[in-house]
Amino acid sequence: MVILGIETSCDETSAAIIKDGVLLSNIVSSQIEEHVKFGGVVPEVASRLHAENITLVIRKALEEAKVTLDDLDAVAVTRGPGLVGALHVGIQAAKTICMLYNIPLIPVNHLIGHIYANEFVKPLEYPLLAVIVSGGHSELVLMKEELDFQVLGQTRDDAIGESYDKVARVLGLPYPGGVPIDQNAKEGEHIYKFPTPLHGENTYDLSYSGLKTNVINLVNTLQMKGEPYKMQDICRSFQDVAVGQVIERTLKAVNDFDIKNVVVCGGVSANSYLRSKMKEELDKLGVNLMIPPIWSCTDNAAMIAKAGEVLYKHKLFAPLTISPDPNWRVEDYKSF
Amino acid sequence: MKKTLITLNEQETMDYGAKLANLLEPGTVVCLIGELGAGKTTFAKGFAKGLGITDTVTSPTFNIMKIYDSGSHMLIHIDAYRLVDQNFELGLDELIGEDDTFTLIEWPEFVSDLVPFDAVTVEIKVIGEDKRQIDVKGFSDNIGLL
Repeated sequence: MVILGIETSCDETSAAIIKDGVLLSNIVSSQIEEHVKFGGVVPEVASRLHAENITLVIRKALEEAKVTLDDLDAVAVTRGPGLVGALHVGIQAAKTICMLYNIPLIPVNHLIGHIYANEFVKPLEYPLLAVIVSGGHSELVLMKEELDFQVLGQTRDDAIGESYDKVARVLGLPYPGGVPIDQNAKEGEHIYKFPTPLHGENTYDLSYSGLKTNVINLVNTLQMKGEPYKMQDICRSFQDVAVGQVIERTLKAVNDFDIKNVVVCGGVSANSYLRSKMKEELDKLGVNLMIPPIWSCTDNAAMIAKAGEVLYKHKLFAPLTISPDPNWRVEDYKSF
Repeated sequence: MKKTLITLNEQETMDYGAKLANLLEPGTVVCLIGELGAGKTTFAKGFAKGLGITDTVTSPTFNIMKIYDSGSHMLIHIDAYRLVDQNFELGLDELIGEDDTFTLIEWPEFVSDLVPFDAVTVEIKVIGEDKRQIDVKGFSDNIGLL
């Protein structure tokens, strides 16, 4: 069975071909350079670039996989969450192919894609806890079995990746903020004490707005007093708390639900400190940790094609009248 | 009408958000002005609560716009931080100011064409670590009741 996956939810235009579980191609055209000058994703720019790129990206994915549109058995496409204009581009492309070749259309929830990206490493083992951390999402999801999702906690304000971007902006570091903060943190000391949001509370929720404000206040105060400071120390102090919070909630969920398998996914799972710290803490408890390979941490269509295979088994096909849902919840993955 | 408020913590900022929601007419557009970390989303959380919305109001920066339903009214929460005056393709102008909706706009300066002349402005200034000065301005006399 050959599935074409399409992903256009944010700033990557991506298409991938998967055949009986084997990834044959995964083409990602990133718009990050275009967005750097705006310090973030500009929706109108994003939609226009997706529209320019989508056919080329799909053609390249087919060529690299040495298949043609005639060989496809289904098209899996991200329907949400994401930017509405950007999602439209991928969905229209998918619908067009499905209509012309009379094959099923599989709408995929972007977050399910991130979780199933781990199947490129090995099959998921249940029950598992999925920790989804990215520029737009911060969620802890319990999966008792395949395609069974229970959101235990989520951010109450900003997503973790968003807080990295905003802190980077205040510190004069480039967008996206994840990599520069991670790198600078390695050369800094944890000398500033920021409180861990929701520390010790009986919740699996996360919160990043207060931490962001604390960093901004600190920078303002230091600048006002004219005190010298090392930006690297602020990066380190921020990152320890930002990541520490994810670890704290993960360990609480692992303990409360007697979890043996944890999956960390989403763009922030590429963060080196999160990867090493999470591994260290879960090793102590004898809990398995799965993190997707770096190439599949950020948005890509391979993960959408992978999730598409699972959804195909359950015949979750959509009529060609579907629209994107920018706020599509992971539990509602069957409603479209 | 103009009213200046001082809040000492996030909770007080939220409380004023809730109070303002109950003083304004549906259809009102509220501009939230203030630097990164001033408390715009915090104020929006309170505003939503005041309308009886039970969903958690999170930062709309990533999606640009989030819509909440209280049962009787819709709340449209927009963050124009990354829009740079490119709003029309998004169709935001079709949603704002409808009779059954309240609209909150963070970073309204980036979508100035969308802001109606009678919008209420809430300007939040950082005057201490947690202390904020909130200036609320608008045509409604009810603002005086804050």
